[in-house]
Amino acid sequence: MLASLIGYFGDFDLAEEAAAEAFAVAARRWPADGMPDNPAGWLVTTARHRAIDRLRRDRVLAAKLRLLLPGNGGGEPGEDDVAESAIPDERLELVFMCCHPALAPDAQVALTLRAVGGLATDDIARAFLVPAETMKRRLTRAKSKIKVAGIPFAVPSGPQLPERLAVVLAVVYLIFNQGYGDHQDTSGLAAEAIRLGRVLAGLLPAEPEVLGLLALMLLHDARHAARFDGQDLVLLPDQDRTRWDWRQIDQARALLARTRLDSARLDPAALRRGQYVIQAAIASLQAEPRLDWPQIAALYAELADLTDSDVVRLNRAVAIAEAEGPAAALALVEVLELPGYQYWHSTRAELLRRLGRADEARAAYRQALVLARTAPERRFLERRIAEA
Amino acid sequence: MQYALLIYSKPGATDGLGADERAAIHREYLDIKQEPGIVGGASLHPVETATTVRVQDGRTLVTDGPFADTKEIFGGFYLLEADDLDQATKVASRIPAARLGGVVEIRPVVTG
Repeated sequence: MLASLIGYFGDFDLAEEAAAEAFAVAARRWPADGMPDNPAGWLVTTARHRAIDRLRRDRVLAAKLRLLLPGNGGGEPGEDDVAESAIPDERLELVFMCCHPALAPDAQVALTLRAVGGLATDDIARAFLVPAETMKRRLTRAKSKIKVAGIPFAVPSGPQLPERLAVVLAVVYLIFNQGYGDHQDTSGLAAEAIRLGRVLAGLLPAEPEVLGLLALMLLHDARHAARFDGQDLVLLPDQDRTRWDWRQIDQARALLARTRLDSARLDPAALRRGQYVIQAAIASLQAEPRLDWPQIAALYAELADLTDSDVVRLNRAVAIAEAEGPAAALALVEVLELPGYQYWHSTRAELLRRLGRADEARAAYRQALVLARTAPERRFLERRIAEA
Repeated sequence: MQYALLIYSKPGATDGLGADERAAIHREYLDIKQEPGIVGGASLHPVETATTVRVQDGRTLVTDGPFADTKEIFGGFYLLEADDLDQATKVASRIPAARLGGVVEIRPVVTG
């Protein structure tokens, strides 16, 4: 039997494994189903099927490994167009495999950067401030889980697609924010996330949320140079608009326009705009010369309905402050109760300051200062306390 | 691939239900057992009947009760032949315990 299998496959290891599997199946089934008429023939056929399955899996694995090699899957055509991949189908499958919900979130991020982004393990470790050994173990564990648990190398079908796509987009956005939080983006993660966003937009050009996320990242990133004055944080209204990347803002707006066209063709249930499209629409409005605060507040209300997030409601209150004045906004902020959130305190402080309640404002700025994590934010708050 | 779908039930999950509803849930379990791909499985007697064995310094220690002191009770399992984890997840999500306050743990089976 083994010889027959080796002859069939020309691979000793494979044949031996297939035979063992066939015996195991027989041991399980024969007592219950009875012995087949031709036991030897049954075993060979079963073993062949097992081996073919295994070969298929290995072929998929080989395809995946090819994608992991540097120089493949990393090439990007002109950075102005949405990327057209040379091997579009497999890259999409790879993304969905890396962002499978059966993997831990930190593993999803690491795998996506390694396998789709082609980043070196050491660089990923540095970007997330973990020892290289830890990142290596994390990746090894994730790859092993993919193999042993049978996480598919496939694009999820129909009803599964939206929730699985949401995981992919969350991973990309998390990568972006990890880079964006650092004012020089020394890790290059913000740029990497935008690159991933372009690849996804090329592969799924009809998914409004994919375009929305790319537009959102492009809009945030376009203001990057103006966000800091030396080491100090500059708020949106005070930013030097000539330092914004207007070409990138135009690209983002073109993407947003496409989400409107595409959503018109979808079924009515899908007409509800997704969170990235709404956030990008807000960021686009924020780049206008005169800010349409009532419209921005309305978009935040739409986003709050969708996400049920108090942080979003806080942002809506900020827009209301501009549209209707600080008193109306403070009433909205006071009901939120986000005591562990720095920006709740700093927003309260700002509104109290504008209402002339200086003592309360200083106290609230101090609470924000306790929670501030980056040096530029701390300096900004200290300045405010001194001025209040 | 072969997967064990380990079924952890919430105690008393069906207490408030009528006989008909309980029978319907029982039928669901039997229906899943008939699915193509299900190659084995077992339903276990209640935890009160469990005995735990461990060996320390060569001595066998036998204690009354289940090993894991969790709220949910391991009540049985299916053995499933499936192409991949997504296919296994589809079957697991139809196991009644999963929507009745319990969980189903999917574990790949060592084969060969």
